[in-house]
Amino acid sequence: MANLHKFANPTLFLRLSRALLPWCVGIAVVTMAVGLYLGLFVAPPDYQQGESVRIMYVHVPAAWMALFVYTLMAVASAVSLIWRHLLADLVAKAAAPLGAGFTLIALATGSLWGKPMWGTWWVWDARLTSVLILFFLYLGHIALTHAFDDPGRGARAAAILALVGFVNVPIIKFSVDWWNTLHQPASVLKLGGPAIHPTMLWPLLLMAVAFTFYFIALLFLRVRGEIAARKLRALQLARAAR
Amino acid sequence: MGSISEFLAMGGYAAYVWPAFGVAAVVLVGFVISTLRTLRARERALAAREGADHAETGGERTA
Amino acid sequence: MTGVLVLLRRELRLALRQWGDVAMVLSFFVITVVLFPFGIGPEPNILTRISPGIIWVTALLASMLSLDRLFLADYEDGSLDLLVAGPLPLMLVVLTKCAAHWLTTGLPLIAAAPLLAVLLNMDAAAFPVLIVAMALGMPTLTLLGAVGAALTLGARRGGVLLSLLLLPLYIPVLIFGVGAVDAALGELAVRPHLLFLGALFLFALVLAPWASAAALREAVA
Repeated sequence: MANLHKFANPTLFLRLSRALLPWCVGIAVVTMAVGLYLGLFVAPPDYQQGESVRIMYVHVPAAWMALFVYTLMAVASAVSLIWRHLLADLVAKAAAPLGAGFTLIALATGSLWGKPMWGTWWVWDARLTSVLILFFLYLGHIALTHAFDDPGRGARAAAILALVGFVNVPIIKFSVDWWNTLHQPASVLKLGGPAIHPTMLWPLLLMAVAFTFYFIALLFLRVRGEIAARKLRALQLARAAR
Repeated sequence: MGSISEFLAMGGYAAYVWPAFGVAAVVLVGFVISTLRTLRARERALAAREGADHAETGGERTA
Repeated sequence: MTGVLVLLRRELRLALRQWGDVAMVLSFFVITVVLFPFGIGPEPNILTRISPGIIWVTALLASMLSLDRLFLADYEDGSLDLLVAGPLPLMLVVLTKCAAHWLTTGLPLIAAAPLLAVLLNMDAAAFPVLIVAMALGMPTLTLLGAVGAALTLGARRGGVLLSLLLLPLYIPVLIFGVGAVDAALGELAVRPHLLFLGALFLFALVLAPWASAAALREAVA
């Protein structure tokens, strides 16, 4: 517990993030370059979907990140509510737009992948539909964070919402799957369906690592920005009080 | 030359593959730019405010 | 226990005094459902096919419209501070308020639903299932709604924000609620849908009072 508090201290966080940032950027750039090379040049086209399967190398990591970031926000929110940690609030606030961005990438690339496979831009496929709902959950979280004049109040309300949303995600996923099997003929080709060959797995994993470190690097920078904003606000309030 | 255009054609799926990578690139780069911009703006504002407060309290002390 | 009864009686009396609110929610429900035949044409077969969806979506919106009654007045006149500081556990306060809300809006909406189902040419054999499904589903909507209403107290543009927060969380109730009526219309098994609706209700019963109480504490802090 004591260690946790040490890392939650803004000055310590600032020092740590400054030291780790170049490494995160480096790993993100290198893995993304290698992943793109392997994904675009080395990996074979799918026997059924042809070259369009290469969309997978951005679509699947983005979808993973969309879930990962929401999980991280839920953990940060729990920490914020239990230990009242300023830094946890700032992490959740800084992460939400990034998560929404990953969700948006997953939706757009899913639609672009679906068009040649299904013949339309949008099919109420169970996976795409769940991701769409996740996108709405992100939007609600962002809107609630910014809906109050006092940023602390917004952060704590958003923390409660993130936890409620997080426990609802599996329920939503389950009901959407249920709804989908009731309404959809089984002939529809599922995204991410093809059995994964090692030549496809490597670029996929590398891209996932690249997305993760990209996210961590940006999170560091955004939390730094949030800390500066809170400090600025505190100084302005102190000045107004004088 | 032929292999490059062949690569860009993506076996006929160019109209789907490249926009997909493009959307991802635009979102990822957009976040980098907006994050760096707000960070710089806030740090500059904070430095200015801290400088002003410092000058004020310093002034009071000498007076 | 007497505290709960006193609070419940107070809530009901307040709701009855402002019976215009209930009437308004009910009118919204009826008018919005009546809009649909104008939007998609009066063909009986099509209306039958989509009647469960229309009734459920509209009921969901109507129940959401009435949520501001739940805490907002108490928040504005300060009685919420007393309730939070009072002897009754805050979760019980939330549950009592939800019960009152359900009695004054959920129940009228359920009563109006078969009437609207007639307008939409739904087979009368499905009416009992529609009523049971709504009786199981509407309390869940109220409970989840209480979380949203508590979270948005004091927020800018609270009403629009509330819908943005709640509608994604309402989707499972919508799916199983419509599924039950659809199954009844298609003469399929209704029970699994109703069981899921019941499970969702129990889940909300555990989660929502906790989350609402936490949100209310933040709102009055």
